Amino acid sequence: MNWIQIGKLEDIPRQGSRVINTASGEIALFRSVDDQVFALGNRCPHKGGPLAQGIVHGNRVTCPLHSWVIDLESGSAVAPDVGCARRYEVRVAHDVLFIEAEAGVCRA
Amino acid sequence: MKSNKVRLVVIGNGMAGMRTVEELLKMSADEFDITVFGAEPQPNYNRILLSPVLSGEMSFQDTILNDWSWYEQNRITLHAGKTVTRIDRVGRAVETADGMTVPYDRLLIATGSNPVMLPIPGIDLPGVLGYRSIDDVENMLGMASARKRAVVIGGGLLGLEAANGLSLRGMDVSVVHLCDWPMERQLDKAGGDLLKEALEKRGLKFYLSRQTEALLGETAVTGLRFKDGEEIPADMVVMSAGIRPNIALAKSAGIHCERGIVVSDTMQTYDPKIYSVGECVQHRGQTYGLVAPLFEQAKVAANHLARYGGMRYEGSSVSTKLKVTGIDLFSAGDFNPGEADEELLLQDSARGVYKKLVLRDNKLRGAVMYGDTVDGPWYFQMMRDGTDVSELREHLLFGQVHMGDSGLGGVSSVANMPDTAEICGCNGVCKGAIVNAIVDKKLFTLEEVRAHTKASASCGSCTGLVEAILANTVGGDYSAKPSKKPICGCTEHAHPDVQQAIRELGVKTIRDLMQALNWKTPDGCHVCRPVLNYYLLAAWPGEYEDDSHSRFVNERVHANIQKDGTYSVIPRIWGGVTSPSELRAIAEIAERYEVPTVHITGGQRIGLYGITKENLPRMWGELVEAGFVSGHAYGKALRTVKTCVGSDWCRFGTQDSTGLGIKVEKMTWGSWTPHKFKIAVSGCPRNCAEATIKDFGVVCVDSGYEIHVGGNGGVKVRVTDFLCKVETEADVLEYCGAFMQLYREQANYMERTAPWIERVGLAHIKQHVVESKAERAELYARFLKSQHYSQDDPWKERAAGKDAQEYTPLATIE
Repeated sequence: MNWIQIGKLEDIPRQGSRVINTASGEIALFRSVDDQVFALGNRCPHKGGPLAQGIVHGNRVTCPLHSWVIDLESGSAVAPDVGCARRYEVRVAHDVLFIEAEAGVCRA
Repeated sequence: MKSNKVRLVVIGNGMAGMRTVEELLKMSADEFDITVFGAEPQPNYNRILLSPVLSGEMSFQDTILNDWSWYEQNRITLHAGKTVTRIDRVGRAVETADGMTVPYDRLLIATGSNPVMLPIPGIDLPGVLGYRSIDDVENMLGMASARKRAVVIGGGLLGLEAANGLSLRGMDVSVVHLCDWPMERQLDKAGGDLLKEALEKRGLKFYLSRQTEALLGETAVTGLRFKDGEEIPADMVVMSAGIRPNIALAKSAGIHCERGIVVSDTMQTYDPKIYSVGECVQHRGQTYGLVAPLFEQAKVAANHLARYGGMRYEGSSVSTKLKVTGIDLFSAGDFNPGEADEELLLQDSARGVYKKLVLRDNKLRGAVMYGDTVDGPWYFQMMRDGTDVSELREHLLFGQVHMGDSGLGGVSSVANMPDTAEICGCNGVCKGAIVNAIVDKKLFTLEEVRAHTKASASCGSCTGLVEAILANTVGGDYSAKPSKKPICGCTEHAHPDVQQAIRELGVKTIRDLMQALNWKTPDGCHVCRPVLNYYLLAAWPGEYEDDSHSRFVNERVHANIQKDGTYSVIPRIWGGVTSPSELRAIAEIAERYEVPTVHITGGQRIGLYGITKENLPRMWGELVEAGFVSGHAYGKALRTVKTCVGSDWCRFGTQDSTGLGIKVEKMTWGSWTPHKFKIAVSGCPRNCAEATIKDFGVVCVDSGYEIHVGGNGGVKVRVTDFLCKVETEADVLEYCGAFMQLYREQANYMERTAPWIERVGLAHIKQHVVESKAERAELYARFLKSQHYSQDDPWKERAAGKDAQEYTPLATIE
C-alpha cells in the first residue's frame, strides 16, 4: 500500500480530531486518549453530520448532530443504530502521520 | 487444561437469574465460566407475559428472552430440565437429581417462587392447577378446550389475569376471593368495585368474601364447597392464592432463611460465596413478586460478582398494572390513608374513571387509578423522588397534561390511542413502532426503547407517554428506572454523588475524578464527560482548566452547529439595546461574508446563519473590532437579558428596566450554568419582556422590583414562581447572583431551573436565597468570584489565534 504524509501526531489533540480536505470530500482524523489514530469519511451514516466535531471517547466518536455513536476502528454505527462511515487506513511512524494513497495526493 | 476463570453456577433459569448473567456479561464477559441449571425444559422466557399467552394474544415463542443460541454464543453451559437437589457448601459443588456434580467458586440462587396450594381436601385432584409456569399455561389450555367451567381461587393480580385468559378461551369462569373486593393489595374498595364491574361485563362471575373449604370430586375435580356450605360446579380449578419464595434447596443447605432467603444489600446470603436474587429472596424483611425490583437486584449482584463494588440494593418501591387488555388500572405505594394523610379523590362513574392520591407532608405516598392511567408513571416518579407537590396540588388529580405539557393535550389513555398516533414529535415515532420494538426486541426499560426507536430521545417531553406505552405493553411491573439514576453507562454514580465527591475529595481533574469513582470506561463518553467538566468548572473557578474536548461542539468552538454543518454567529446585544453604528457594522460584516440568513432571535439579538467553520475566527475578529462580544447563544450559559423600554419611553413604565437589564447582563455574561439560563426585566406588570417565563425574571413595580424564578418557554412551558420583592437595583443584582450561584452549585447538569425547582421545592430556594442574609451574601460573593475568571470574551481570544487547530484543516490532498 502507498502512503501519503499528512502531518504529525501532535497536530491532532488527544481526544480530539482534525480534518483533511480531499477531492472526494473531507476525511476526519481522530486521536484517542491512548494515542491511537483513526481516519473516517467526515460524514455520519445517519444524516451526514461532521464526525470530526464529535466527542471522542474510547475508540468511538459521538456525532454532534443526533448523537449516533460510531466505532472508529470499523466506521460502523454502534448498535442498535445501523450504518457505516467510510474508513481509511492511517499509520503513525515516529510521530509522523500517513494516510493511504487511495485517499488522494498531498498538496500540503 | 485448568482455566483461571471464576466458576459461577446459577440455579434457576428464570428472569432474575438470567438478568444477573446478562449484566455480568456486560461488565466482564471473559472472567467467568458460567453454568446454569433450570428446572423447566425451556430457555429463559418472560414470565410476565404468561397472561397474554393464556388469553391467546401472544404465542410462547414471543415471550422467549434468550433462545438456545444466546447461551451458546456466550459460552454458557445450560442444563435445562435438570433439578439441583443439593448444595455442598463445604465441597463447593451442586448436585442434581440424576447424579451430576458441578463445582463452583460462586453460586447464584435464583429459584423464584411457587404458587401457594391451599391445604384443603381435594387439592391433589386432577384438574387442579397452579399458575406460575408455561407448563401450567399449557395444561390449562389443554383442558380449556375440553372443559367448560373454570373456577379461579384468588382474586389478586395473577388470578384475575388467569380468569380473563380462560374466559377469552371460551370458558365459563368464576373467581373466588376471600376479601370484599378483588386486588385488595393494590386497590381500595372503590377502585376494586369498578374493576369487578368491568370484569363482570366481560362475563366473569365473582364469589367474594368466600372461603373455600374443600374441592369436590372422585377422579377429577367437579366442584368446590365454601365454608358457608354453598357448592359450585367446576371442571377446572386454578389456584392463585399467592406465591411463596422457593427456599427449600437453600434451607436444606443450611443457608439462613426466613420467609425467603435472607440477603444483604450486596445480594449475598449468609454464605458470602452464595448470592441470591429474585422472588426467592428476602431483603430487609421484604420479598418481591414483581420484575422491576428483581432487575435492580440483578444489577447489584452482577456488580458485586464482577468485583466493581460500590453498589448496594436498598429496596424498591413498586407499581402495579393489570395486564387485561382494555382495562386500565394502576397502583403504587401506600394508598390506604392513615391519620396523618390526606386524600385527593376523583370519581367519574359515567366515564369509568377513578383516581385516588394519598399525600403526607405534601408528598405523594400512594396512588390508585382506574380507567385513566396515563399519569401513573408521573405520579410514581414523584413518589420515588419525594417531590413536594404543594404547588401542583390544585391540578394534581387532572394529570401532567394540565401542567402545561405542550402538544400532548387531550390524550387520556395510551391504550386507546391508534397505532398511527405520533408519540415522539421530534423523531416522528408512532405508537405502533414503539409497541413493535418492545415486543420484537424484548425491551424492558425506557433507555432500551430510546436506543431502538429514538422515541423520547431528543427533547424528552414524551417520556411519560413512552413509559405508559412500555407499561401497557409489558405490564406495569416493567423495569422502571431506579430512583437513583446513574449519569450514564460508564458509572453507577448519580449526579449528586459526583458533585459531593468533587467537594469532599478535592479532585480537580476529570481523570482523577473518574479514577476516584471507579469509572468503568477509560475516558467516559459523550454523556458523562461534559457533566464532569461542568461540575469541576463550577466547583473550582480559576483553578480547574476547562477541558475543551469534554465539551459539546457548540461550546468547544463557541458557535452553534446547524444541520448542514455550518454555524451561527450571534453577538451579544446588551439588554437588547443597539445603535445605528452597531447595526451598520453587523450589516457590513454580513454582506462581506455573504451570510445567507440574518434573523432576529427570540432573545432580542441578531443571528447570522450559515457561516463555515473556517470563517468563524475572522468574522469574530471583525465583530470584536466593532465592539461586540460573544452572545453565548450556543452554550449552557447565561444567554440573554431581555428588556422592554421601561420608564425611558413607555407611559406605563415604572422603573428603568432597560438600564437594569444591561447592568444584570454585564454582571452575568460569560457564566457557565447546568443548562441554558435566560433573564428578562419588564418595566411594569404588563410584562412585555415576558419575565415570568424566564429562569430569572424581574418585574418592575412602582415600589420596587418583583423577583420571579424558575420559568421557561420551550418544550414544557412553566411560569415562574414569585421569589420575593426587593427595593433597589443593587438588591436585584445580589439576588440574581445568589440565585444563579445556588443553581450552578446544586442543580444536575442539563437540568433547567424549572425542573430543578420542582424537584427541590421553592421553599428550599427561599431558605438559601431569601431567608438567610448571610448565605445570600456568600452565594453572591462566590458568583462574583467565579465571574472574575469567566468574562474573557472567547471570540476575542480565538480571533487572536487561540485553538486555531479547531478551525483549520490539517492538510489538503488531491
